[in-house]
Amino acid sequence: MAVTDKPQAAHTGTPAGPGGTPARTRKERRAWDEAPRWQIYLPLGVYLVFTLVPFYWMILFALRPAGTTGMLPWPITLDHFEKVWTERSFGVFFQNSLIVGVVTLFMTTLVSLAGGYALARFNFRIKRGFMLALLCSQFVPGALLLVPLFKVFAGIQMINSLGSVIIAETVFQLPLSMILLSNFIKNVPYSLEEAAWVDGCGRFRAFCAIVLPMLRPGLVAVGSFAFVHSWNHFLFALMFLSKQDLQTIPVGLNTLLSADSVDLGALAAGGVIAALPVVIVFAFIQKYLVTGFSAGAVKG
Amino acid sequence: MATTTAVAKAPRPEGPPNARKRRSATPKKLPYLLIAPAGLLMLGFIAYPVLNVFYTAFQNENPTKPWRNGFAGWDNFTRIFTEDDQFWSTLAFSGKWVVVEVGLQLLFGLALALIVNQTFVGRALSRAMVFSPWAVSGVLTSAIWVLLYNSQTGITRYLADMGLAEYGSSWLSDPNTVFSAAVVADLWRGVPFFAILILADLQTVSKDLYEAAEVDGASRLQQFFHITLPHLKDAIVLATLLRMVWEFNNVDLLYTLTGGGPAGQTTTLPLYIANISVDAHDFGYASALTTVAFVILLFCSILYLRLSKFGGDDK
Repeated sequence: MAVTDKPQAAHTGTPAGPGGTPARTRKERRAWDEAPRWQIYLPLGVYLVFTLVPFYWMILFALRPAGTTGMLPWPITLDHFEKVWTERSFGVFFQNSLIVGVVTLFMTTLVSLAGGYALARFNFRIKRGFMLALLCSQFVPGALLLVPLFKVFAGIQMINSLGSVIIAETVFQLPLSMILLSNFIKNVPYSLEEAAWVDGCGRFRAFCAIVLPMLRPGLVAVGSFAFVHSWNHFLFALMFLSKQDLQTIPVGLNTLLSADSVDLGALAAGGVIAALPVVIVFAFIQKYLVTGFSAGAVKG
Repeated sequence: MATTTAVAKAPRPEGPPNARKRRSATPKKLPYLLIAPAGLLMLGFIAYPVLNVFYTAFQNENPTKPWRNGFAGWDNFTRIFTEDDQFWSTLAFSGKWVVVEVGLQLLFGLALALIVNQTFVGRALSRAMVFSPWAVSGVLTSAIWVLLYNSQTGITRYLADMGLAEYGSSWLSDPNTVFSAAVVADLWRGVPFFAILILADLQTVSKDLYEAAEVDGASRLQQFFHITLPHLKDAIVLATLLRMVWEFNNVDLLYTLTGGGPAGQTTTLPLYIANISVDAHDFGYASALTTVAFVILLFCSILYLRLSKFGGDDK
């Protein structure tokens, strides 16, 4: 390729001759920095179709009157939503899911903030053991612990209370959240905190005033993981909540799926209701997620 | 590895005794106080249940047959390895599922991350769109793909109308197609996870490296294999391991998409365990199976980390 003669031009820095060497260099550079357009847009387009058609299909079924087959949701009907929301009690499920999601978000963030701070700022005797336990717990599948967890919650009389699901979701979110947040805290210079102590702040006030504001991307990442995860998770709610008016959205969806004759319109409308909050959250935090991962999880 | 660097890096606030006065909690106790909530939660709701599984594995415990309950010794384990054909078939399916899913997700995820790491018009929007299935649950994925695979009204119907009648059946109830159908549905949601993790790491590659390589006349392919891929290695190993464990344990999708059917063809080991404990109430046997699953997971994870020399061999 033509690369071989380019370095000389770059190194010697020959002034622009009549042949326009620098101009050609710049053009070549561009070509090297970026792939040809079609190499981006063609595979991306194919992948976008794969990603978006299923979403479209769900929305189409949710809005299309039952019995019609058009590929466009026209005329639009909201009957399916109304039916799912009231008859299938998705309104109640939605509320339960929201409670579980929001409380889990706050519990996970608070508890892992405290733990993450300890891991980032202190040396203490059981620290290594604790870190090891955090890593090991990543390999413990919640799904396989259903029965013993059920026994534990039955023992503390928390079966059929949203609390059991909130605790279980929080616990299984904690290890990763704590590791992520401690990495974020490590990135905040300790000297800033110490300076605040010198100025007469207590440890807690210094933390709130100096560290907390700089943790925003980390907190967003951890909080949104917790919310999305608990919004989506299915098994804990299925197992620990047998009363119908305590169920969450994924369990409601499963009921629609496993009905004898699947009502496709209702299923699609339920799906839209299940997807909407997380997809909206995701659209806002997507930017933070990538930075969150690069600052926290991967380097850890 | 993470621990050592953490210990080395972390400053020592206890440090010199003449450091600024401490308020309230004495620093010696403070870290313990801070990890106490997390520690207690994990002890109660992870450690204890795990120990309980190990204990129950050696018991006969079945609320529907209380007269048999009691210490069982190794009975449950001998039953797994000598009598239970379903254990082996579900284990084999789990292996197939994990290898196919994680392999394809890695491949497509890497390609997708490389594409959206380029600068092009509409990048932010297309990133948000291609990553969006990541936010979606296993149950919702099932719901969506049930709509798509429906033989009357789904995409498959349109294939049949286009003259591809043999593709027109309900893919989820046909033993020949159910595996591929489930794989595609799970790929839809799994590829973005890989792509996000890999993209995060891609952005930390120094641009200088590429410029230097360019000056030395390296082709784009060479740059990929000598700069990009080595840099991504740790992220790929970590993502692959997490995903392997996750796909092995994944119950949501298959439970709701195929229910393990048709004829048990898509039953993974965790799904089998769930059936035994939840439907058959044979908690002792289910616990023994869970113990075996733990050991397999642990063994595979260690083996994988060893083989991939995670963290580099410079340490």
